[in-house]
Amino acid sequence: MYATNFSRAANLADASAKMGAATDGKYLAGGQTLIPTMKQRLAAPSDLIDLTRIPDLSGIKADADTVTIGAATRHYDVATSATVRGAIPAIAALAAGIGDPAVRHMGTIGGSIANNDPAADYPAAVLALGAGIITDKRTIFAEAWFQGMFSTALGTDEIVKAIQFPIPAKAAYAKFPNPASRYALAGVFVAKMKNGSVRVAATGVGEGGVLRFPALEAALQANWSAAALANVAVSPEGLLSDIHGSAEYRANLVNVMARRAVAAAG
Amino acid sequence: MGMEGIGQRVVRKEDKRFITGKGKYTDDVKLVGMTHAHFVRSPHAHAKVVSIDSAAALAMPGVIAVLTGAELVADRIGNLICGWMVHSKDGSPMKMGAYPAMAPETVRYVGQAVAVVIAETKNQARDAAEAVTVEYEELPAATTVAAALASDAPQLHPEAPGNRVYEWSIGDKAATETAFSGAAHVVSMDITNNRLVPNPMEPRSAVANYDSGDDALTLWTTSQNPHVARLVLSAFYNIAPEHKLRVIAPDVGGGFGSKIYIYPEEIVCLWASRKVNRPIKWTSDRTEAFLTDAHGRDHVSKAEMAFDADHKILGLRVHTYANFGAYMSLFSSSVPTYLYATLLSGQYVIPAIYAEVDGVYTNTVPVDAYRGAGRPEATYLLERMMETAARQFGLDPVDLRRKNFITSFPYQTPVIMTYDAGDYNASLDAALKAIDYAGFPARKAAAAARGKLRGIGFSCYIEACGIAPSKAVGSLGAGVGLWESAEVRVNPVGTVEVLTGSHSHGQGHETTFAQLISERLGIGIDQVSIVHGDTDKVQFGMGTYGSRSGAVGMSAIVKAMDKVEAKARKIAAHLMEAAEGDIVIEGGEFKVAGTDKKMPFALVALAAYTGHNLPDGMEPGLKEGAFYDPTNFTFPAGTYVCEVEIDADTGKTEVVNFVAADDFGRMINPMIVEGQVHGGLAQGIGQALLEGTVYSDDGQLMTASYMDYCMPRADDLPSFDLHHTTTLCPGNPLGIKGCGEAGAIGSPPAVINAITDAIGHNDMSMPATPAKVWAAIHGRAAAE
Repeated sequence: MYATNFSRAANLADASAKMGAATDGKYLAGGQTLIPTMKQRLAAPSDLIDLTRIPDLSGIKADADTVTIGAATRHYDVATSATVRGAIPAIAALAAGIGDPAVRHMGTIGGSIANNDPAADYPAAVLALGAGIITDKRTIFAEAWFQGMFSTALGTDEIVKAIQFPIPAKAAYAKFPNPASRYALAGVFVAKMKNGSVRVAATGVGEGGVLRFPALEAALQANWSAAALANVAVSPEGLLSDIHGSAEYRANLVNVMARRAVAAAG
Repeated sequence: MGMEGIGQRVVRKEDKRFITGKGKYTDDVKLVGMTHAHFVRSPHAHAKVVSIDSAAALAMPGVIAVLTGAELVADRIGNLICGWMVHSKDGSPMKMGAYPAMAPETVRYVGQAVAVVIAETKNQARDAAEAVTVEYEELPAATTVAAALASDAPQLHPEAPGNRVYEWSIGDKAATETAFSGAAHVVSMDITNNRLVPNPMEPRSAVANYDSGDDALTLWTTSQNPHVARLVLSAFYNIAPEHKLRVIAPDVGGGFGSKIYIYPEEIVCLWASRKVNRPIKWTSDRTEAFLTDAHGRDHVSKAEMAFDADHKILGLRVHTYANFGAYMSLFSSSVPTYLYATLLSGQYVIPAIYAEVDGVYTNTVPVDAYRGAGRPEATYLLERMMETAARQFGLDPVDLRRKNFITSFPYQTPVIMTYDAGDYNASLDAALKAIDYAGFPARKAAAAARGKLRGIGFSCYIEACGIAPSKAVGSLGAGVGLWESAEVRVNPVGTVEVLTGSHSHGQGHETTFAQLISERLGIGIDQVSIVHGDTDKVQFGMGTYGSRSGAVGMSAIVKAMDKVEAKARKIAAHLMEAAEGDIVIEGGEFKVAGTDKKMPFALVALAAYTGHNLPDGMEPGLKEGAFYDPTNFTFPAGTYVCEVEIDADTGKTEVVNFVAADDFGRMINPMIVEGQVHGGLAQGIGQALLEGTVYSDDGQLMTASYMDYCMPRADDLPSFDLHHTTTLCPGNPLGIKGCGEAGAIGSPPAVINAITDAIGHNDMSMPATPAKVWAAIHGRAAAE
């Protein structure tokens, strides 16, 4: 790691001020990707500004239609939240399967979706549920938020405050982990919304990061059952192909994981 | 047998310090004035080093020196050696390319050091290393045997035309041809043994300290054999004469073979410490470990087995290509030859064997011995062949093996080895009973009902441990003898210190070796300390590898103990006015048989040191040493049975049942033996299912971190079911065969045989990743 200045922001204004004063600052929101990257000297911010101690940024709220999770909320807190478990159990289960216990006690939902790793778990839930990303400036919806791997609509002077998930009628997440990294080789989030619409998003498979699968959505729209997906082909075109699996293998996993998610969602 | 003697499941003495953070590893060494080294490494697999510009680095804060390969050569530091001379079948010696500790002219693998920065802090050294400008002229690279042997392949070393190190053979070619010409059946296979990265938990580390007052050097290092390190550093690398070089290998966190070798970094730190007149520390990070620790395996073979009409084996013909990487590591030449092809008879009567092994240079990390070293490759080849043959013949794989087992001993194989003792039917029977072989069809049907493909696979392995008779290995080209030494020092109060040339880096010697003393004297193991890993304390030793510390290291302790005990008996007999032959040692006491006369061992020891009342002419003191040179290898053997269930939708394999029935001869501490087997099985199952080393065609290591290189985790493994059958080794006093490598040797073919049984498709390479298994089931492409 190169030398860097670490500071904790007391509030959002303080965070912005500290960022403004830094030559090449980076917000720190758990650091489960950024810190290892810095240790490898692949990132070298002049300043790290920790957002996780800002009081308003952590915590979970719910009303009849939405669950709102503060950006600095740790994966462990999402996984064990009675509110999340009650309203959208699929998100609690997803959070419980991120990384390992050490990662879950440090990593945050805001950090995950701002980093937009193409194999991270949260982006699948955010896109499948059509969540809104609330920043200190605006609300950005999932479709507009994800702009290719490691790329989002977040401005350089903008901070994610919370993620607001619509509560679906049914939802589940099924992940096939990469045996080495345990990131998703294919992670599929299926959701049947209260208005009856169906959304399917997968992480770990797309060359451009998380993406939806309209053919699977259409089949499930017509018949919400695992069996309905049995003969729906997923095209390998545009899917990742690497030493861990071909695009064709990943396409197969999208179908298989979608079926398992639907079965789990009930 | 006492409570802490041989055969007891005594809790490991050393674990208290390991699990309470009190272990003392090389990186824990901190010396006054210590500096830090960081190596500048090649980003290219093959390139000319055109120029190295250190000016900017030297101007950076804290930088003491930037040293290059050219300076190393100018100071006449020797090139790295390969300590085992292997001759090609035409009689010519192996063709070794020069292997300098830092490359002055040409780099041949990604990660090879070209320069080193010495600075006050680790970060300063690393910062400055980035400021060293190296100009390279890139050359084409070859990373596989096939690429390196192609007609248009780049030439790595001028000394080795065609990138060929040797073309070696063993066995009787004519007899094998005859066997094949008379065969009723011939089974042939192409078999690849995947390259592995050792990954001990503790990365390599070195601290070198030049003392200008004494003109002497001390090296703390992560070594499995500090005396061999000192010998090689002195005799070949021109570092310092042996009496001016102390090598200490303190607590070492795993080696698996990768810490046998003397690496460039240790050589450079010693040399540089003298140059800058300061202590220097270097500790590898994990990526450096992937890029510079000697890798293991990497064989490509064609094998053919001839059978008669009754399915008895007539002959075996093998041609293996061994990828040595860019340079010949310290014992690399012996691994695919004398540690591999000599085991190709397995547990079977094979009247004729002929094996050819071609050693090949490639632009990859050097390859050397890794847990099992040659024997996993031989076992994998044979046991895949046997299972495949049984399938082709429509026979039960158990029956085919049993029909061909060696059943009388000693047994002379056609490939040098003389097996001394064994009972292969006994371990097979134990394994079949434990796995409930008869119940397998029902388990398979139950799995099918759950949508899973269930398969069963066998592996009947044999290995050669306890290396090795010095004269024999000398005649085969080894540059060293493979005996072991021991010294038993009894203190005046009756506590015992055992100095051993074996080195413990996870094996538990501090407990097992103490159990031997407890067995002999009846004293508690807390009265015994085991001293190892320091050339200033232990006179000499050959170290720990090849499952040799029990069979060879403990045999040396037995010999020294025999001498100690003989003298102690004389003293006790003299003191108690009894005949020496009447002295009985029991529960820490020396007793006169048939009387109530007795004295504690501590008083015998004290008498030896006071010298007040010793037999006439006897020297005071109680300290004896011994060297033990084995008379043969030892031959642990056993049967492993693996059952898997495969999810056809994803290709994921789950090992649901794993039985290991091993014959290790006498076990000193069954709990430690089980731990060794568990670890070995984890590594073997890791090789079979998870661990794949991938190079890009231009020589970049694609799997240089745990993001891409899959180490086995607890949830990848089943709860192992271990069993033991015993035939004592007749070749050493304790009857020990060795247990450190068996798990890694025997398990890979059992796993792959089970997978291929489950999917009904015999073509499967390691690691059998979900993508590959899915592709095999569905006839698709697995990965890019």
